[in-house]
Amino acid sequence: MITIHNIKKSFNEIEILKGVSFVFNRGKTNLIIGQSGSGKTVLIKCMLGLFNADEGNIFYDDRDFTKMNLSQKKHIRKEVGMLFQGGALFDSMTVEENIMFPLTMFTNQTLEEKIDRVNSCLKRVNLENSNTKTPTELSGGMQKRVALARAIAMNPKYLFCDEPNSGLDPRTSIIIDNLIKEVTEEYNITTIINTHDMNSVMEIGDHILFIKNGLKEWEGTNKDILSTDNPAILDFVYSSNLFKKIRASQ
Amino acid sequence: MLYHFGTYLIMLRQIFTKPENFSVFRKLVIHDIYDFGINSVGIVSFMSLFVGAVVTVQTAVYIDSPLLPKYLIGLVARDSIILEFAPTMIAIILAGKIGSNIASNIGTMKTTEQIDALRVMGVNPINYLMLPKVVAMVFFNPFLIAISMILGVIGGWGAGVSSGLCSSAEFMEGVTMDFSTFNVTYAFIKTILFAFVIATVSCFQGFYTKVGAIEVGRASTRAVVYCSVFIIILNYMCTQLLLA
Repeated sequence: MITIHNIKKSFNEIEILKGVSFVFNRGKTNLIIGQSGSGKTVLIKCMLGLFNADEGNIFYDDRDFTKMNLSQKKHIRKEVGMLFQGGALFDSMTVEENIMFPLTMFTNQTLEEKIDRVNSCLKRVNLENSNTKTPTELSGGMQKRVALARAIAMNPKYLFCDEPNSGLDPRTSIIIDNLIKEVTEEYNITTIINTHDMNSVMEIGDHILFIKNGLKEWEGTNKDILSTDNPAILDFVYSSNLFKKIRASQ
Repeated sequence: MLYHFGTYLIMLRQIFTKPENFSVFRKLVIHDIYDFGINSVGIVSFMSLFVGAVVTVQTAVYIDSPLLPKYLIGLVARDSIILEFAPTMIAIILAGKIGSNIASNIGTMKTTEQIDALRVMGVNPINYLMLPKVVAMVFFNPFLIAISMILGVIGGWGAGVSSGLCSSAEFMEGVTMDFSTFNVTYAFIKTILFAFVIATVSCFQGFYTKVGAIEVGRASTRAVVYCSVFIIILNYMCTQLLLA
């Protein structure tokens, strides 16, 4: 479980996050949604320590991340997996080397053990026999799956996904979403997904945080979102004419 | 300017921390030695042979007087190559070849979030990416410069003898006359300093670039320009301190 309390962050005196509090539950896919520029990515980067929050606290279970020194943060980071928007695979390495990278850096496993773990992660994301390929030989969806395999290689307790569906077709998006959901439930991970893809929201949104102008505007589940009367979220969800017509017909 | 210099010093402090995993570090150093060192042997050899030849021919033309002994051609060519051409000019050529490579490589990693990926995993990206490059450059550049010195003199000898400007014996007499080993030491001190500048300044430009293809291109250009400027300034300072 990750708890954030009153997180504030400004850049050049422009306040991006104005005091966001939320609890991200374990074993659930927690979604952060909101319009572009609402502060989703800044929030996720504050939680990862890539940005330092100006105010507020971030608790990984009961450990206050904001009060930790570098070596303590490093320890937490070994429990974190991250799926970046573009995959962020190391293009100088093969698929196998990419997934093996955290294992090589932080464990004393033998090469055979590491290869076994790589193969099991690749099997988990349905990409067996891709070990020797380089990231440039893979499609966008395959790159995301390799990135997910790398993110789960160390059996993380916390999984962060930054717009996992960006640049993917709807069918591949659903495959990635379902993979994340399955992995979350299988390994009982606290998963946090930053997205503005409504398919993802409806498909895997166990617990949703809606941010608007740097503030928490709404929270609930994917079922609640259909029945809410919050004008901001209705404006976000039913922004396309198609959804507006569907809502009008209901 | 002061802000950038401060950031550069902070970066240096982070470079020289203990590597996360020594076996990975060793592999990266070997990879970088191959990438920056072995892959530069061809261009360094080619340039050294021809510049050595040019230096010899120009020297021969300028001292074309019956009062001056022919062995001076070899002597001047040797000292020009050892003192300036090999350490300084080759360093500037390597700043173009390797400096732009390092800056664009690290800049692209930043743009594609690979550096964030390292950080999230708990890896210090500055130490992981830069220390192997600095070690590889500082370790291998003296070998490149030694190759350059030898081939420069060979090129000069070939040009001098083949064009009839001097005999082989006269050229070799000049090359061996009043040979000061300190000149070689001086050249290697400069080489190590220049290698350090090329590696760290290029890493700095790549790492602290803004994201985007245009910015990566600019960082690459800045790396070459700043490396060249610092090499020229350091060259003057070394010459003042060590030779004057």
